[in-house]
Amino acid sequence: MMNAFFGLIRKEVYHILRDRRTLTVLLLMPLVQVLLFGYAIRTDVEDIRLALVTPSPDAETHRLKATLEGSDRFHVTRLLRSTDQLESLFQQGAIDQALVVESDFASALRAPSGAGVLLITDAMNPNIGRIRQDYAQALLGDYEQSLNTSAGGIPFRIETRARYNPTLESAYFFVPGLLAFVLTIVSALMTALSIAREKETGTMETMLVSPLQQWQVVSGKVVPYVVVGFANAVTVLGVAYSVFDVPLRGSLGLLLGESLLFVLVCLSLGIFISTRTDSQRTAMMGTLVGLMLPTTLLSGMIFPISSMPDWLQPVTHVVPAKWFVHIIREILLKGAGLDLLGLETLVLVGMAGVFLGASTLSFNVRLE
Amino acid sequence: MRTIFYLVQKETLQVLRDRVMLFQIIMIPVVQLLLVTSAATFEVRQADVQFVDNDHSQASRRVSEAFAASERFSITEHSSSAENASRSLQAGQVDLTLHVPAGFDRELNRGEQPAVRLVVSGEKASAGVIQSYAQQILQGVAADLGAEQSPQLQSTAPAKRAQLDVGARLWYNVTLEYDDFMAPGILTILVTIIGTLLTAQNIAREKEIGTIEQLNVTPLTKGEFIVGKLLPFWALGLLEFAVGLGIAWLAFDIPFEGSLFLLFGVAGIYLTSALGIGLWISASVDTQQQAMFVTYFVLVLYLFMSGLFTPVTSMPAWAEWFAELSPLKHFIEVVRGVLMKGAGPMEIWQPTAILLAYGILILTVAVRQYSKTKA
Repeated sequence: MMNAFFGLIRKEVYHILRDRRTLTVLLLMPLVQVLLFGYAIRTDVEDIRLALVTPSPDAETHRLKATLEGSDRFHVTRLLRSTDQLESLFQQGAIDQALVVESDFASALRAPSGAGVLLITDAMNPNIGRIRQDYAQALLGDYEQSLNTSAGGIPFRIETRARYNPTLESAYFFVPGLLAFVLTIVSALMTALSIAREKETGTMETMLVSPLQQWQVVSGKVVPYVVVGFANAVTVLGVAYSVFDVPLRGSLGLLLGESLLFVLVCLSLGIFISTRTDSQRTAMMGTLVGLMLPTTLLSGMIFPISSMPDWLQPVTHVVPAKWFVHIIREILLKGAGLDLLGLETLVLVGMAGVFLGASTLSFNVRLE
Repeated sequence: MRTIFYLVQKETLQVLRDRVMLFQIIMIPVVQLLLVTSAATFEVRQADVQFVDNDHSQASRRVSEAFAASERFSITEHSSSAENASRSLQAGQVDLTLHVPAGFDRELNRGEQPAVRLVVSGEKASAGVIQSYAQQILQGVAADLGAEQSPQLQSTAPAKRAQLDVGARLWYNVTLEYDDFMAPGILTILVTIIGTLLTAQNIAREKEIGTIEQLNVTPLTKGEFIVGKLLPFWALGLLEFAVGLGIAWLAFDIPFEGSLFLLFGVAGIYLTSALGIGLWISASVDTQQQAMFVTYFVLVLYLFMSGLFTPVTSMPAWAEWFAELSPLKHFIEVVRGVLMKGAGPMEIWQPTAILLAYGILILTVAVRQYSKTKA
């Protein structure tokens, strides 16, 4: 019996090794993706394109423009005389913000009521819109201060610090999440087609008349890919550490162990999809359509789970990546040990068990 | 032309007869649109604050009351040691620590500008938002205290101060609703994922099971073949887009500022290039497995580099340039522009022209890639 099992594993290993092109793709794809998206996924608000609207440009509006441009964030890309064009520019997406200044700005500044300025911000994206508005208001506050040389005004200062990620560097949040995403999809894809393909090409018949038990077929399909999946985990962690400077504050052994466990969960999920579908087409649709968006949005990799509505938060529990995103961030950024991650680890172990068990049960020894 | 019709009929029947796939095409997107859209938010609903008070004065009470009064923050822990605070922050029990040092009130009254310390946990993407809310509250307290003190402290200040009266307006999403922004984007990526997958595996499957030979000996020209393969999925894509917009309108009450006619016109152009990419992949690979890996790669590029979740303008310059190559990036601009900003033809002609150019280019390449002699 065990001989047949090792035979199956050998067959699968040959399958993987002989298709060099696919193997190269499997090993390189996660690496390229983490490199690319690690840079691309960020929410820093930089390069704000601003239109300055002033009916009567004078020395003071020039000073205002210079203050805006003096900060690295703002670029005054348009200088307009009237607000007529503003709507169209916003609709084209040519500007992000507009500052409309009262006419005769310099003398209005000294008037008792002060000079009126209107700050218009494109808030289509609420998060970015609010941050843009904050930056501009802070800058205008500085500008007002600079006009009045006498001190005073602020009774106390606000000192702000961010722990665990001092500069609020985007890569710190997003790269660990990205690792979970890439490992989920690539691992699930590796096994999702395996059984469906044997059904479609007819080689399943041979497998069914062999003395192999159901569980042996299922695990025989998973075991060889664990090596490929783990290799992926190691390379992407290496990229995170060396290219994106994501710190490793916890234990490396624990990190690798948890990664191995997570790869196993995703491979089991893939094989589960494979046993439930009859064709490669439906297996492929099921994996990509079923996993891509939920893994991105319900795992907390980009959008924090605590921000989600109350009814949705429990739904995220069924997403394997959610648990791994938490584990990996805790280990990398906070140096947490197994004592703090016991529950999450148990959930992953449970998930692997459920997927493998369900695959064995739904694996049909008879062809329809 | 009649021959194209038969190919279209065959493809349509094939889709309609596969129950599992029909379920995948219809149910998964609807469920995901409803479920996942609500997840895409950076909104801070409730942040837990630990208040470290080493001053126990009237001023420190003012600070804590301001936080307690705000809907977004709740003070869940009081402490008098900064060390405890650091531990709670690490354990994730609180999102931020607010520290009023000893002597705060005294220094305040002398006009020495003491500091309130704010420590946010930076491991969440919402840290920036939390920080900005907290600063707003503190600035409010500072302004109040400043106004109360001004008779004593600022009596020497010049009477004629230069003043700026800043009015701030948020356009296009006044209530800062995430659903309005995300639902159209999520719908677009769902339609794209399904359309690209269906077309990408289509020809590869015919190659793998051998039925491509039969198509190769029909009088269909290469162009007719690609068009015939494209049309049913193009119609399906438009239909899904329409149904999805209806659902998003019912469930999330998304705005419809601009012309729907214009939106569907551009959607038709966009789908030509998105599905064209699928057919191109399908014509160039040998097996469905290869088609799947290539498609996956294209889809993740769409997902993370089209400004769907994180803005294109936040990317480094080279990545911004790279994102221009994604048809989805231009289409999402159009969708959001038309729905949320009410953009008209004059405002969206540029992305539309780019989409049209991509569509023509990709279809030409796909037709050339398909070979009737190599099976």
